[in-house]
Amino acid sequence: MSVADAVALVRNVSPRSLRVWERNRDVYFVTWKTNLFPPLAEPILYLMAFGAGVGALVKQVQYRGEMVGYTAFIAPGLLATQVMFQAFFETTYNTFVRMHYQRTFDAIITTPLSLEDVMAGELLWGATKGAIGTALMMLAISAFGLLHYPHALLIVPFSLLGGLFFAGLGLCFTGLVPQIDSFNFPTFLFIMPMFLFSGTFFPLEVLPRWAQNLANALPLTHVANVIRELGFGRVPRDLVWDLLYLLVLALPLNVFGIHLMKRRLVK
Amino acid sequence: MPPVIEAHGLTKRYGSLTAVDAVDFTIDAGECYGFLGPNGAGKTSTVKMIHCSSPITAGDLRVFDLDVREQPRSIKQRIGVCQQEDTLDPDFSVRKNLTVFGRYFGIPARQAGERSRELLEFIGLWERRDARIRELSGGLKRRLAIARALVNEPDLLILDEPTTGLDPQSRHQVWDRVRTLRRQGKTILLTTHYMDEAQTLCDRLVIMDHGRILVEGPPADLVRTRVGREVVEVWGFPPALVAHVREQGWSFEADTHRLWIYTDSGEDVFEAIARRFPSEGCTVRMAGLEDLFLKLTGRELRE
Repeated sequence: MSVADAVALVRNVSPRSLRVWERNRDVYFVTWKTNLFPPLAEPILYLMAFGAGVGALVKQVQYRGEMVGYTAFIAPGLLATQVMFQAFFETTYNTFVRMHYQRTFDAIITTPLSLEDVMAGELLWGATKGAIGTALMMLAISAFGLLHYPHALLIVPFSLLGGLFFAGLGLCFTGLVPQIDSFNFPTFLFIMPMFLFSGTFFPLEVLPRWAQNLANALPLTHVANVIRELGFGRVPRDLVWDLLYLLVLALPLNVFGIHLMKRRLVK
Repeated sequence: MPPVIEAHGLTKRYGSLTAVDAVDFTIDAGECYGFLGPNGAGKTSTVKMIHCSSPITAGDLRVFDLDVREQPRSIKQRIGVCQQEDTLDPDFSVRKNLTVFGRYFGIPARQAGERSRELLEFIGLWERRDARIRELSGGLKRRLAIARALVNEPDLLILDEPTTGLDPQSRHQVWDRVRTLRRQGKTILLTTHYMDEAQTLCDRLVIMDHGRILVEGPPADLVRTRVGREVVEVWGFPPALVAHVREQGWSFEADTHRLWIYTDSGEDVFEAIARRFPSEGCTVRMAGLEDLFLKLTGRELRE
């Protein structure tokens, strides 16, 4: 893909992409019962298992030079993983179902929408799913008194940016996989390692230097950093760097995702 | 008034496969125009280029006098497409399928609501407006897909194999709606591999095979000029009959069991051969599109 291709793709994105976002939103409301449940229930399970279970063994951890309760430490980490899971699984499995099984996109591109509009709508919706999931999970976590407001409110808009990153990553794989089962590879090669090694369940300081550097290259580490600091009621220390990392990579990743989908669908 | 669709040297290649091979055709306002051909003839490839879902490889294609390469959005705003596969939204109700589709065309919600009521009444699905898509039979789904293609009041309606896979009752229901639309003056482009469908619905048609257009014209004219008025069909015949038919210079086709003689005076041919060449059966009937189609595309089995 050349720069000229990328420019052409972006120029084919119009405000009509919001119609696709609206379509997905409407489906979300039709199936709301199955959608609301996981982000509300999941943190309760984790907080019980890790907070009450592991937390009984590890009462506190050292994080950035201070001692933090273990449950309080992992709560923002869970939010970060929610951003990733919601957005990534939306533009992988769910987009694949709409593309391949429901042929939704075949129908939409016969209307004035371009394929680029459709994909942009999918990406925006993926990011939105990240934010919705995060907001719902925040409700459950707040019930345990583990988030400090008003700073924590900023987690919601931030999760849109984090969501856009993972939605773009997901769409790239959707443009590439031969069939839906193939998503197992990116899930277990990228998503699960990030889930575990991005400063989500333990402070990265305990790792050797090289492993810390590796973890800092992962996008979820930056999402977790920002969310944890905001959740603790502070302005994140490396906010500019974290935002820059996500912004600079999210944009090309999203454009590349649209490119791969167009290559796959327009014959 | 310029034609609705104008194609010159229109070509579509997928890698080394040429799906549409430099075809020319013109479709005028208010006619029902058919693309008839076996599977893989290039019908759907042609249609996809018309609704701007598939880029053209070579040639020229103008819809509403607009170039498909330059103004796909303006073209798509004015066409309605009913695709071969089921592309209805399974998570929405019958009515919601139409209103959501209206939104893609920028139709305001209230207007889309009224329009979907009219359309659901037209296809006889208003009573089932709140049903989920999976509760509908194949025939109802197809009618809903046609209604959805009409939501933007298109100047051109494209029906890609609208009755493939439907039972006879459902086919007639679909045909009835298409005839009504035709009477209302809607320009319709239809692809099909059913002869009876093409014959009963199309004002003009092309027969396509291997990406090329073999003939073009009104179905009745094509049959009369290319086949003749009648067909004498003989089965279980003696070999000497083929030699006799050749001698007479009659136009004919034969496979291992059957022989078709194309003629304007079926009774005379029948009289001439029935007694001299005793066979298992012999019949005279009106020539139809099927005879023309098989004459043009041959009788070998297609995948």
